Formats: sequence, structure tokens, C-alpha cells
Amino acid sequence: MFSNFAFHFGRYLELLGDAFSRPERLKIYWRETLRQMDDIGVGSLIIVAIIAIFMGAVAAVQFAYQLDGQLVPSYYIGYIVRDLAIIESAPTITCLVLAGKVGSNMASEIGGMRQKEHIDAMEIMGVNTAAFLILPKIIAAMVMIPLLVALAAGLAIIGGYLAVVIPETIPSSAYIKGLQSFFVPYNVFIMFVKAFIFAFLLTTISCYKGYYVEGGSVELGAASTQAVVVSDILILLADFLIAVVLTG
Amino acid sequence: MIRCENVKKSFGDTEVLKGITTEFEAGKCNLIIGLSGAGKTVMLKLLVGLMKQTSGTIMYDDVDFNSLSDEELRALRMKVGMLFQGSALFDSMTVEENILFPLELFTRKTKAEMLDRVNYVLERVNLEGANKKYPSEVSGGMQKRVGIARAIVLEPKYLFCDEPNSGLDPKTSMVIDELIQSITYDNNITTVINTHDMNSVMEIGDNINLLHHGTLVWRGNKSEVLTSNNEFLDNFIFASPFLQRLRNAALGRS
Ligand SMILES: Nc1ncnc2c1ncn2[C@@H]1O[C@H](COP(=O)(O)OP(=O)(O)OP(=O)(O)O)[C@@H](O)[C@H]1O
Ligand SMILES: [Mg+2]
Repeated sequence: MFSNFAFHFGRYLELLGDAFSRPERLKIYWRETLRQMDDIGVGSLIIVAIIAIFMGAVAAVQFAYQLDGQLVPSYYIGYIVRDLAIIESAPTITCLVLAGKVGSNMASEIGGMRQKEHIDAMEIMGVNTAAFLILPKIIAAMVMIPLLVALAAGLAIIGGYLAVVIPETIPSSAYIKGLQSFFVPYNVFIMFVKAFIFAFLLTTISCYKGYYVEGGSVELGAASTQAVVVSDILILLADFLIAVVLTG
Repeated sequence: MIRCENVKKSFGDTEVLKGITTEFEAGKCNLIIGLSGAGKTVMLKLLVGLMKQTSGTIMYDDVDFNSLSDEELRALRMKVGMLFQGSALFDSMTVEENILFPLELFTRKTKAEMLDRVNYVLERVNLEGANKKYPSEVSGGMQKRVGIARAIVLEPKYLFCDEPNSGLDPKTSMVIDELIQSITYDNNITTVINTHDMNSVMEIGDNINLLHHGTLVWRGNKSEVLTSNNEFLDNFIFASPFLQRLRNAALGRS
């Protein structure tokens, strides 16, 4: 168990070392990075938006229900939805979803290339395949995922607004007052720290799982599932550690 | 020229190659033949460095292949072309993009010069005009030819082919063999071909290495095959009774 972990961790670090070596041709890497940014960013927009809106809506309705009849003023709903979205739900839930969408996609793309000998073919040409296949994905993810997370936070707040203002649970002015209350810019910083770290984790783990896949289509499927499971666990673990370090 | 000195390869406890010493010569079609499981693919992977041998040395001209750093290895690899058994064409790219790929990464030519080079190699493998097709849209034999075109686009000094004829009809096999042979001769390339195909052995076997259970049991050229009297070679080449009769007739034996 431990030696297995040490083996994977060592090989993961080695792969990262190779991935961060100097690119052969910047132009080609750049083109590949743009393609990945489009894949990750534009390709995930709709799913992230839908989830964010519902996340905010559910949070608002639940808090409205819990605060009902208590002494806490109703404008607190706006405040709670905002902070919950920024600190926790936008970065964490978005990245868990992206691990499922983007991560499994990366693992099966790279794993398929391994199985079809595309990676060997590139190696023979003299390509540093670790860098060529992984670095553009890491860069694209670390640019696009924080943007998606910020978008998710905004949409969650809008979702919360729609969910409690339209049924007239609380007035629009109260929700907006809540949004403007007790705002701590540092929380936005925490959100971006989480987004960067989660993005790095989910891309590198998924690429690692794909890069070293063996066997056939069954193993490829397993690798892509493992990419998601391992990414999810490590995202949650990192979430906890960041919370301890940055707010403790 | 590539020289192997007592090359061994084990996977766990099983020794798959048991000390191979041989030479693959420049400007010749060097064949590695042998029954299924003999170790041909493993040998080829060692030669190109996709696997590392357990012991022994592999020399590319005067360079010890395994003493190279990653950087030096990549530099050497630019002089290496390989045709994979399954062609290994990038399926999301067109034929043209496949061949452009190494050019864009490793040369400083202008786009027009690169396209000229692509068209030249496509012509060389008789596929002019196939530029915009995707690998899935062309036949297996054409994919092999695209694979060859991509392997030679950077003018390699060493060319490796893993079973270039597998899955092809006899006629198309011959076309591929002739193509590999003429490219080898015209550019003085050290070509190493892994094959089961008897026609290839007899047509293009300039230097034939027969592997049997991981041991090199015979070495010679195509004109020596018929008269060698090597037991392993006879078992391999004249496996069918029909071929045995043919050979005996040719040698005037009964
Ligand atoms: N990665 C590996 N791990 C363990 N054993 C392997 C590995 N690759 C090959 N072998 C073993 O090495 C032996 C030689 O295999 P190899 O693929 O070189 O045969 P071959 O001569 O190419 O056969 P074929 O003509 O069927 O392609 C086989 O017994 C095979 O099981
Ligand atoms: Mg083989």
C-alpha cells in the first residue's frame, strides 16, 4: 500500500519534472494551449453555469427556510449565499464537476494516444511528450478554471437572488443589502487560491493516469474513472488544508 | 550502422533476449525475422530506445545509445524514423498535418517550404493529392504509406519498420517493400525491418537476422537463405510441406 503510493507519487513527480522542461517550439505549444483553453473554458461553460445557478438557488432557499421565524434579519440570506459561494461552493463544487468532465476527458485522450502508439511515435520523432501533451493542458486549466470559478460564484449569487426574490420570500433590496454587507476581499483571494490549486491537481492527476495507461479499452475506462476519483479526493483534501492554512 | 553487443532483455524472471550480437548496416534493408514471440518487437523497441536493455550495448555509428542524456537522445531521434505496426497516425489530424507535425516542431522552414516537403514525400510514396484526407478515410495500405512519408520527412539516417506488411495483401506488401527498399538505397539509410513475410525476406533481405526464443540463430542475406542448411532457418522459412518440396526440387534433392 505505502510502496504503491510511493511508486505513483515518485513517477508523478518525475512526469511533472519532464512536463515543465523547455518547450521545443513555443508557437506550437501556444497553439495547443489555445485549443485546450477553448476545450476547457468554452466547453465547460454551460455545465458550470447550470450547476452554479442551482447551487446559489438551493442555498438561498434553504437559508430562508432555516432563518424563518428566527431573529436573524432576512438580508443575511444575501450575505450567506455570497460568502458560501465565494469561499466554498464555487471553487470546490465547480472543480469536482470539472474533474469529472475535463479530467476524465484528458485521461482518456492521453491514454488513447498511449494505446494507439501515438506517444511512442512522438517520442521517436524526438518530441518531449510529457511536455507537449501535458504542459498546454496545465496552463490552459490554470487560466480557465479560475475564470470559470469566478463566473460560478457570480452566477450562484444570481441564482440565489432569483430563488428568493421572485417568490417574494424576501424583497430584492434586502438580498442586495445582504450582498453588500460584511464583504471581506480576502475571501475572494481564498477562492482564487483554491481554484488554482484544484485546477493544477485535477489536470496533472488526470494526465498522469492517462500517460501511464496500459492494456486495452477496459484499462482506459478504469484510468479515466480513477483520474476522477483520485482528483476528487485530493481536491477535497486540499480544500480542507487550504481552509486550515488560510483561515486558521 | 547500428551495432548490438551482447544485448539482453528480461521481464521479471523471463529472459526474452539472451545476448544478441549483430550489426545493421547502412544503405541496406536489415531484417529481423523469427516466429511469433521470438523477441522481434522487443528487439526493435530496444533499438529505438522505447525500452531499455537489461545489459549489453547498442551503438549508433560511434555513439553508445544508452549513454545519451535525454537531450542528446532527442537530438539523435530527429535522425530516426519509425513506421509502426498500426501506423500510429494522429487520427485527429489530416494526412498533411500528420506529416507537417515533425517539420513544424523541428525545422525552421517557412510554411511554403514545409508544404513543398510534404508534397515531395507524399509523391515519393505515391500518395500525391491525399493531403486533406483523414487517416480513417484511407485504406490500411495507404495509412502505411502515410506512415512512411511521415517517418522520412526529416530525412532520417535510421529507419525502423515493425511488420510493415502485416494486414496487407501480397501485392500491396510488395509495393511497400519496394518503397522501403528504394528509400533505403537512395538515401543510404540504415533500415531495420521486423517481419514474418517470406516475400520480404526473399525480395529485400540484404542482411537477415533470425531470432529463435531470444537467440540469434542465423545471419545472412537473401541469396544464402536457400542454401544455408540451417535447421532453424529451414524450420522457419520452409515451414510448409509445399515449400519444402519446392526447395528440394530446386536443390535437386529428392
Ligand atoms: N512488456 C512486456 N512485458 C513482459 N513480457 C513481454 C513484454 N513485451 C514482450 N514480452 C514477451 O517477450 C516475448 C517476445 O515478444 P515480442 O513481442 O518481441 O515477440 P515478436 O517476435 O515480436 O512476436 P510477433 O511476431 O508475434 O510480433 C514474448 O514472450 C512476450 O510475451
Ligand atoms: Mg512483434
